[in-house]
Amino acid sequence: MDVPFRSALRDFGPPSWRSGATAMRGLLQRHHWGLALLSLPVVASVVLPVGYLILRGLGAGEEAVEYLLSARTMTIVGNSLALAVAVAVAAVALGVPFAWLTTRTSLPYRRVWLVAGMLTMVIPSYLGAIAFAEVFGPVGTLRDLLAPLGVRRLPSLYGFFGAWVVLTLYTFPYVALPVRAALLRIDPAQEEAARMLGMNRWKAFFRVTLPQLRPALAAGVLLSMLYTLSDFGVVMVLRFNAFTRAIYTTYNSTFDRERAALLALMLIALTAVLVWIERRAGRQVTTYRHQGQTARKSSPVPLGRWTIPSLILCAMLVLTGVGVPVLVLSGWAFDPNLTSPIPLELELLVAQSVGVSAFTALFVAIGGTPIALLASRSASRISRLIVGASYFGNVLPGLVVGLALVYFAANYMPFIYQTIPLLVLGYGVRFLPYSVSATRSALSMISPRLNEAARTLGCSEVEATRRITFPLARAGVFAGMALVALSAMKELPTTLLLAPIGFKNLVTRLWTGYEAATFALVGWPGLMLLAASAVTLLILLWQED
Amino acid sequence: MQKSRVLVLILAALVLSLLPASAQAGGESLVVYSGRNETLIAPILAQFTEETGVAVQVVYGDTSAVANQILEEGANSPADVYIGQDAGALGALSKAGALALLPSDVLERVPAVFQSQQGEWVGLSARARVLVYNPTEVEALGLEMPQSILDLTNPEYAGLVGWAPANASFQSNVTAMRVLLGDDVTAQWLADMVANGAVSYGSSNTNLNLAVASGEVVFGITNHYYMHNLKKQDPALNLEQAVFPAGDAGSLVNIAGAGVLTTSSKPALAQRLILYLLGDNAQTYFTEQTSEYPLVEGIAVNEALIPLESIVQPAIDLSDLDDLQATLAMIEGSGALDQ
Repeated sequence: MDVPFRSALRDFGPPSWRSGATAMRGLLQRHHWGLALLSLPVVASVVLPVGYLILRGLGAGEEAVEYLLSARTMTIVGNSLALAVAVAVAAVALGVPFAWLTTRTSLPYRRVWLVAGMLTMVIPSYLGAIAFAEVFGPVGTLRDLLAPLGVRRLPSLYGFFGAWVVLTLYTFPYVALPVRAALLRIDPAQEEAARMLGMNRWKAFFRVTLPQLRPALAAGVLLSMLYTLSDFGVVMVLRFNAFTRAIYTTYNSTFDRERAALLALMLIALTAVLVWIERRAGRQVTTYRHQGQTARKSSPVPLGRWTIPSLILCAMLVLTGVGVPVLVLSGWAFDPNLTSPIPLELELLVAQSVGVSAFTALFVAIGGTPIALLASRSASRISRLIVGASYFGNVLPGLVVGLALVYFAANYMPFIYQTIPLLVLGYGVRFLPYSVSATRSALSMISPRLNEAARTLGCSEVEATRRITFPLARAGVFAGMALVALSAMKELPTTLLLAPIGFKNLVTRLWTGYEAATFALVGWPGLMLLAASAVTLLILLWQED
Repeated sequence: MQKSRVLVLILAALVLSLLPASAQAGGESLVVYSGRNETLIAPILAQFTEETGVAVQVVYGDTSAVANQILEEGANSPADVYIGQDAGALGALSKAGALALLPSDVLERVPAVFQSQQGEWVGLSARARVLVYNPTEVEALGLEMPQSILDLTNPEYAGLVGWAPANASFQSNVTAMRVLLGDDVTAQWLADMVANGAVSYGSSNTNLNLAVASGEVVFGITNHYYMHNLKKQDPALNLEQAVFPAGDAGSLVNIAGAGVLTTSSKPALAQRLILYLLGDNAQTYFTEQTSEYPLVEGIAVNEALIPLESIVQPAIDLSDLDDLQATLAMIEGSGALDQ
């Protein structure tokens, strides 16, 4: 047993510059086929339903092509693309200054703003949309406040404009965070050199820093566009006919399954094209820094008279993104005049939400472990393919995952159709990547030398894994599980499509209440989900450290 | 290790806590597929459970979607009873052979005009299609009241009319227009409405009524009872309603009704539920709590409602509203759902 390990060590060169993951690759080479086999059922449950969707959609033949090229479909493509591009542009316009302010400047309470900004990222955007419609709708609360001034109605929030504003507010951190990380990595010496050569601060930023931010910007733009394309709640609430709304209406109101499947396929194709473009755009960039050195901390740029406007910008982002939903939902939750003909049953809703989410986290952690092991230990083509496929669910819109599973289960797994396991599977497909990447990074932090030491002290390999690897990886694995659980708890479209007969949780109750304008049913579930968002943020921050 | 065991235990407990919800199979139980909104039908179903001990599990959705779901599920459908909010979806199910013949003690309780000719579905309550409007806005803008549903395409109403094209009651109204006026006229009307900037509220009549009350739009074509139910919560709501004059295609009196699925393994229990919904208690609930018209004789009608006699129905048989698919296709084709 010792021999392959030692030869593996020789193959990978001196231990001083080897990462733990690389060495483990050698250590467990012979287990890779086992891991791959264990990963297959999980990957299959991600890929098969979508494959079925494709078969079903294309089964329509010529009619399918005609429908895909019809004016209606083209309008939907145009709407979705326009919204995604507009959101990405606005997210860059907000995200880059936000990242710079919270990283490089003398902005007061930088960390507070950073955390508050991140909070908008984890708040479900449908809650934001519902609250925005209530406040900024043509005849919403704001109109009521302005009524004494003779304002009869505000410009319509519905349609493109509202969806654009709300989605931008909830996606700008997707740009801000990678940009911030890049700013922290970039060596400030270059900017200093540029300034010594006579550039002013702006010029130095645009000529020296910005080009190095390109991969981070590309990643941020991709994330915000993917978020926009897959978002369901905002376009439903604010009535903009992007893909997800059109798919849902087609599925739910006309029940035209073939067409819903075709639209879903088109959305997948659009998503794939975006990912491909980003891969290409993100590649050809050089970061100029002396190898092996970490960047020196730059001294904060004094904002001077820009301090107040900067604070206002940050406060606006946080107050609208976080403050508006908190206020509106609290208003409904604590309004004694709001009544509902059906009971809220909050305890039951929380129990069901938490229960199913916890079950999902457990299921995903177990299913994801072999994949994470494979990812951290093997770089073979097969394992890369498996790991890549497991990440598939994260770029697929929840609505598409839901549809695919409904169709697939109704036809091939009737025993699971309309049951909680199918709902859990739906969440699992969506959130498996969270668990895999958390487990993977936890594993790759563990030095193989610890196991090696245990082996020399007489532990068997299994025992070493159990006593060394597992306890060390545990925190990361649990953080991943918590992230999965909280994400599942807030997921809207997958829940709407896959919730079994009679099943209610926070999300379904809130949505019923919203659709029937029975706001007594919206307030508390909404606040609970906001609380879950806050916990999600804590987990994200903890994982960062 | 200790900590992780505790965690596993907690998870197991959570998982177990879910079981009661999915495995409440102790006593008798029924599965209902409901196209009626939960806030309207759940309280009376809960009373049924309380009185009979029969557990009722309900799938809620849009009326046409739930009907189509039953058809798609075919022989595997777990549904025992279908409750829809219009005659069209019930007719479509019946035409597809999904509904079983109801016994005479059920059919006898309801006037013949409010049940299927073959006896496969019955109305549980009646509702009228009305035009709700915001009186302040009508006055402020100096508008004439439209005299027909067809007038709503006039340029003076451009951007002022709200509708809920994904709602089954609207869809049934469109089917009625097709029966009365023909497909060409109806399709043209839909296209003209879209072109005239009709504002869509998806499937939500409640949101449509609230929008009219707040002045977001001035008119709304909807069912009569939303206004009454909203006014119970807020009597000051700036909302009135009118019925189109005699025999107009826009003044349809439709039903919310129910049928038993042919695939149900418990037809007797299913019929018992329908009989309960036609009982005096439930009929009173429908008129008092949901502000609909009771269909069983001898039940006092909610006084706030326009007397049913004063609404002149167009000459139409509710059983003729069963061509749901063609209506859905026409509505989809008009672009009304994409607004």
